[in-house]
Amino acid sequence: MKIKFTFWKAVFLVIMALGLYSTYVRYLHGLGAVSNMTDQFPWGFWIGFDCLCGVMLAAGGFCMVGAVYLFNVESLHSVVRPAVLTAFLGYLLFIVGLLFDLGRPWFIWHQLIYMNPHSVMFEVGFCVMTYTTVLFFEFLPNVFERLNWKTPIKWIHKIYPILIVLGILLSTLHQSSLGSLYLIMPSKLHPFWYSPALPFFFFGSAVAVGLAMTIFESTQSAKALGRHLELPVLVQLGGALLVALWVNALLRFEDFFHRGLLRQILQPSYEAYFLWLELALSFVIPIVLLSFKKVRLSPNGLYLASVISLFGFITNRLNVSLIGFETYVGHHYVPKWTEFSVTLMIVALGFALFRVAVEHLPIFPKNDLVAAHNVAASRPGVSLTSAVLEHAGD
Amino acid sequence: MSKALLYDSTLCIGCKQCEQACATQNVLPYNDSIAGEEFQSAHKLTAVLTRGDKFMRRLCMHCQRPACASVCPVGAFHKTKEGPVVYDVWKCIGCRYCMAACPFSQPKYEWGSLNPRVRKCIMCPERVTAGQQTACAEICPTGATKFGERDDLVREAQDRLKQNPSNYKPRIYGLHEVGGTSVLILAGVDVEEFGYPASEKIGDVPLPEYTGKVMERIPDFIPVWSLVLGGIYWISHRRAEVAAAEAEEKKNGSAR
Repeated sequence: MKIKFTFWKAVFLVIMALGLYSTYVRYLHGLGAVSNMTDQFPWGFWIGFDCLCGVMLAAGGFCMVGAVYLFNVESLHSVVRPAVLTAFLGYLLFIVGLLFDLGRPWFIWHQLIYMNPHSVMFEVGFCVMTYTTVLFFEFLPNVFERLNWKTPIKWIHKIYPILIVLGILLSTLHQSSLGSLYLIMPSKLHPFWYSPALPFFFFGSAVAVGLAMTIFESTQSAKALGRHLELPVLVQLGGALLVALWVNALLRFEDFFHRGLLRQILQPSYEAYFLWLELALSFVIPIVLLSFKKVRLSPNGLYLASVISLFGFITNRLNVSLIGFETYVGHHYVPKWTEFSVTLMIVALGFALFRVAVEHLPIFPKNDLVAAHNVAASRPGVSLTSAVLEHAGD
Repeated sequence: MSKALLYDSTLCIGCKQCEQACATQNVLPYNDSIAGEEFQSAHKLTAVLTRGDKFMRRLCMHCQRPACASVCPVGAFHKTKEGPVVYDVWKCIGCRYCMAACPFSQPKYEWGSLNPRVRKCIMCPERVTAGQQTACAEICPTGATKFGERDDLVREAQDRLKQNPSNYKPRIYGLHEVGGTSVLILAGVDVEEFGYPASEKIGDVPLPEYTGKVMERIPDFIPVWSLVLGGIYWISHRRAEVAAAEAEEKKNGSAR
């Protein structure tokens, strides 16, 4: 145990050290020194992974809030708090990521005064800003409960219906708008991924990812914190995930069919390989797995299907933002190691914060937490890895 | 009443004086090694490309409905009424959406700078508003780059095509592409050979319309979707209340 502890601590320190070095290069020598972005590839790994995947992987927050508070599905109540926490941290870290990617991050507040209502980017920025505030309020009760402040909790409960409706409205808008960002590039983005339906795909996949992410997150924190796994909750989420995957898959099929691409996507090509990978991971494998009742009722089966679909949707976002442009540009884009190390550092920050929050705030039901604390303290390595994976998108 | 540039590659002799004049106008360095660069960058806003005995100039096309202006979250780009698409550096946050969105890949970035700017040809806006022609048009010794009213230049280009059909490919590049541009190109070869995007690929529809179709629905979407969500909230909670009340009633009833 002692060895494992120091090993993971060392990994964390190495990640932070490399990340800080890259941060130093980023802010003292500019974007060109730290990344492989060029005039031909103005958007790289930070946009593709930190922004697109990060926001997508934080979708569990609005999905679970919607299920529990909007549709009143009380059986899912225990997963709302960790989902909201993940979303809140996810959006905060997305903003941190943005401070690296923007060429002039010190002017990020210009979005508030020089508003261009025709710009999708403006809409995304504005929604993300407002939604992070909403998430902050949805997260606050955890802090108030910890401090035993009764009155502010009452206030928050009063405005909860507004927070819930606002949160879901803003999520609908910006999750879909991340897809709309690419609508203006019909001549650049490969036809496999350029579609007028991009905003629908981005929103639909965010819902599926929200469900998969919640299954993943619950299983991981149960393992890491030694909590009891609430199988009925996972089974319910797994059923919903299967439906969501089917809806997404049918939408994608319809789109390929209507744009006459069915023959082309079957022919081997550079783009086709990446499309196959994406479709296999996001749809084919998890749908087949979840179609077996045995898998749908087993924690390991649900976990596996969710993780595979998460990798599928991450592949989708990277295909849209990076792979889909390579033919137009005429050469490949491979991120520089410093780009990866900044992302890794942000991810590591995410798991550290998640861990601190879970240990000090009533994120999980109380009687679980006491046991959790003891187990977690003796098994930091396990929780560390789980948290790393949990925030892989931030 | 908008100005434009007509570039006729059959008249171009590849002297690159436009490159030099452009550098001077925009206070950029220019020397033999920069002259030798066959691509545009943050320090080379226009480039004359050479393929055998053929030349082709590349520069910002100054679209009538520019994608860069429509995508910029802080409105750092705008099309002036005189024609140039200009850039307000003090607004820019550096998101580089303009670079990703431009169908001609014209905006370039100062990747090495700590306070980087987007650079592209801005069609000498001070000169144009003062009634002068652009630096490149003024210096051009053969009239290959010609400055004038867009309507006049279109007519002139059409005349040239009619008078010397054997010299030209029969089209004015920029007349209809992405809804029309303020730079018009005549050439004896396909402009695509020099990196211009194919007309059929970029189409005649102004690119902002692709996003406009989605963005214009948002003002309607917000109240409708809020009402739907609020309605779902009300119904599902009302249902729970009713169920609780009924259960209470049943309990009281059986107790009686």
